[in-house]
Amino acid sequence: MGVAIKIDNVTKRYGSNTVIEGLSTDIRAGEFFTLLGPSGCGKTTLLRMIIGFNSIEEGEIYVDSKLINNIPTNKRNMGMVFQNYAVFPHMTVKENVAYGLKTRKLPKAEVEKRVEEILSLIKIEEYRDRMPSQLSGGQQQRVALARAIVIQPEVLLMDEPLSNLDAKLRVEMRNVIKRIQRQIDITTVYVTHDQEEALAISDRIAVMDHGVIQQIDTPKRIYQRPSNLFVSTFIGLSNVLEGNLQKGKEDWEVLIGSYRFPTPPLKASAEEGAILVSVRPEEFLIAEVGQPGIPAVVRSSVFLGVNLHYFLETEKGQEVEVISQSDLGEIIPDDTRVALQVVTQKINIFHPQSKETLIREDA
Amino acid sequence: MMKNASRRSNFWMFITLCILALFLIFVVYPLSMILYKSVIDPVSGGLTFDNFTRFFTRKYYTNTMINSFKVTFVATGISAVLGLLIAYITRSIRIRGSKTLNILIVISYLSPPFIGAYAWIQLLGRNGLITKVINALIPGTNFGGIYGFAGIVLVFSLQSFPLVYMYVAGALQNLDNSLNEAAESLGASNFKRIRSIIVPLVLPTVLASSLLVFMRVFSDFGTPMLIGEGYRTFPVVLYNQFMGEVSNDDFFSAALCVIMMLITLVFFFIQRRISRRHSYSMTALKPMEPRRVSRKLSILSHGFVYLVTLLALLPQLMVIATSFLKESTPGMFTSTLTLDNYLNTIVAKNNKVIGNTYLFGLGAILLVVVIGVLISYLAERKRSALTSTLDTLTMLPYIIPGSVIGIAFLYSLSRPPLMLSGTATIIIIALALRRMPYTIRSSSAIIGQISPSIEEAAVSLGASEMRSFRQVTLPMMLPGIMAGAIMSWITVISELSSSIILYRANTQTLTVSIYVEVIRNNFGNAAAYSTVLTLTSVLSLILFFKLTGRKDISV
Repeated sequence: MGVAIKIDNVTKRYGSNTVIEGLSTDIRAGEFFTLLGPSGCGKTTLLRMIIGFNSIEEGEIYVDSKLINNIPTNKRNMGMVFQNYAVFPHMTVKENVAYGLKTRKLPKAEVEKRVEEILSLIKIEEYRDRMPSQLSGGQQQRVALARAIVIQPEVLLMDEPLSNLDAKLRVEMRNVIKRIQRQIDITTVYVTHDQEEALAISDRIAVMDHGVIQQIDTPKRIYQRPSNLFVSTFIGLSNVLEGNLQKGKEDWEVLIGSYRFPTPPLKASAEEGAILVSVRPEEFLIAEVGQPGIPAVVRSSVFLGVNLHYFLETEKGQEVEVISQSDLGEIIPDDTRVALQVVTQKINIFHPQSKETLIREDA
Repeated sequence: MMKNASRRSNFWMFITLCILALFLIFVVYPLSMILYKSVIDPVSGGLTFDNFTRFFTRKYYTNTMINSFKVTFVATGISAVLGLLIAYITRSIRIRGSKTLNILIVISYLSPPFIGAYAWIQLLGRNGLITKVINALIPGTNFGGIYGFAGIVLVFSLQSFPLVYMYVAGALQNLDNSLNEAAESLGASNFKRIRSIIVPLVLPTVLASSLLVFMRVFSDFGTPMLIGEGYRTFPVVLYNQFMGEVSNDDFFSAALCVIMMLITLVFFFIQRRISRRHSYSMTALKPMEPRRVSRKLSILSHGFVYLVTLLALLPQLMVIATSFLKESTPGMFTSTLTLDNYLNTIVAKNNKVIGNTYLFGLGAILLVVVIGVLISYLAERKRSALTSTLDTLTMLPYIIPGSVIGIAFLYSLSRPPLMLSGTATIIIIALALRRMPYTIRSSSAIIGQISPSIEEAAVSLGASEMRSFRQVTLPMMLPGIMAGAIMSWITVISELSSSIILYRANTQTLTVSIYVEVIRNNFGNAAAYSTVLTLTSVLSLILFFKLTGRKDISV
């Protein structure tokens, strides 16, 4: 029973430097909403405006239809998990978790009960009496999570909570966070610069750049149908090729060199002329020379078990990366001439100037 | 290869043994001498505890002890609270001119406490400036000036809080702001946050710095001597006893020294126990940032910080002002400007005071830096039972009052083959010893930050161990060592408690001269000397800031 957050036309300024200008978005009740973007894109700034560490210069933020602009942080009833855990080093695990309940002056028995519940939910009962210095990074982050949700906040905010953990723990904690969020059904705003993490954990992702939200969508849509070139190259890997859009016999066709193929459904605004074609490494197929395709030469290959990466150079001298499933066949030797084909319905097409997608919304 | 390796370890062994020998001669032997004298019957030469019984059974002596504890506890408490408050305010609230304030507070700390005592007498004493104003403004009052307990506490508190301030400000710098924010997000009010997060986290630092204040206040005799009047404290009795104004009983003085050492030792261990249990290693990704606060709170904070800084600085301002004024009778300054005070003192013929101060100071710094760096290197990188012993041994002067070191030196180094009393050497060694623990600790911290693999890389590239120390580790340590050396210099030149016991007419330093002139009622001369000392400290401090580019200071 989470609550919705409405961010309405908010602006953040530091002196004369505007970090976020007129940003609006709606975060749905109970959803796992991720702010994703490169460092300095304003994602943490926005998060800190929601919790109240940053002032809001213009615009309004509503939580559950209640204006919160002027409510001090300690009255907002939001839980926050910090990048460096921010576990109080002078308190035991239990004292850390109980801290927020004690500030709310709950009866002792109630505090005890709720702390125990959360400790077992997060699976850290056995560390109950340890000091933070005796815990690993992952355990400390569990304490931080327990501490944030035990107060039964309306909203849970997380600021790059996994970035200080090693790769294996990151995946483990990612699953813990997702499980807990589902279990207690709480509206969660999550900040990260790690796109894989964002894809894995979110219901919806807002990709941000320069203080502007570029796209808000499900992880699947963000990856498969990026709304502009920035999203396409920031999320996953994209090979961007120059091409031409032409009206074919029945439908639109893309022309790269002499390689011609049909497009996914395009917007009504699409026009003939130059375009940018964005092809993910797994959307390429390597065919033999002579077949239709973009002529290219294999420069090197890397065998990674699950799949096989080829690095090729097109006839125009552009480097492209191709990922193919590793099967039992031979690895194509370096310097082999090949023809590169694309999985036509999966590729994305962008306007060369505006860099916006030309693919129709329902494609 | 084998030959090389053994030559290397021989070299470090030789260094270790040399330093160990020095510490045996100049720390262990003098202290043993004091212990020995305190329990020896001068007539029969047998074992006796008479000196201790005498001290603890006579009300005259036990009262001085009670007085000392009262003064020390109250002054330490006030210093801790003031230091903590000012550190927190300047770190968390935007204060105009806070950088300047920081330097001013440090400067107010850099003078021997007794200068504060004599300056406050001129302000709040019987004929003090402020006393007269009070008595004139409020008819019917007959304020007799601030002496005794109140006077001593006032001087010590204002003189010592900067120490707590400097330490706590440093600790707050290491406190990550996300801890504050976490508490805030969990619903804690400002007050609750300070009480439950900030104070507990800086408590070990407050305690450690309070211990330094405690030991400084407990063993200082200059201040109670000047402003205490009838209020006798333990160090005053020790000093009088030793200097022989009342009587001259070496054996009783030795017992007093032992009692003093035991007390500081006890407090040292209490402090360490509490701190150990509550110490947290913290490094801040993002330290607290001074915030804008409501107008009311801002005005209040500004007022408080400025007032305390002004009060702390007042003695030095007073001294600088009076150094240019003519005295009518001792202590009574007219409004006539004059340079007489300087002409009579530092510029006078045969006056070696400044030369002595600089010479002893530089000599001591040189000793401290060379030996300190070697010891910290040995203790950090060549750990063995021997180097650990050395490390512990060098910490001793940290908990032994300067006057006790002075007295111990005179007892032990006044006869052949170590006939050092009255020489410059003995003063330089005493100054170096007193500063050594601080230098070792800061050098150890610097070495700790240099990865051993850097040195190993040099060795793997063919450098000898000596060469890698000289060409890799040492140059990397140098900036830190230089910064530490300047701070050592500033503290060494304002040292009084051991030099006052060891000086002779031809080895007077600035602090000793100030004290002597004050005791002789030559306040003008004292003010002139004092101004030179302050000037030296301020210039050194500016040099420190310029050379290191640092904004903060640790003493």
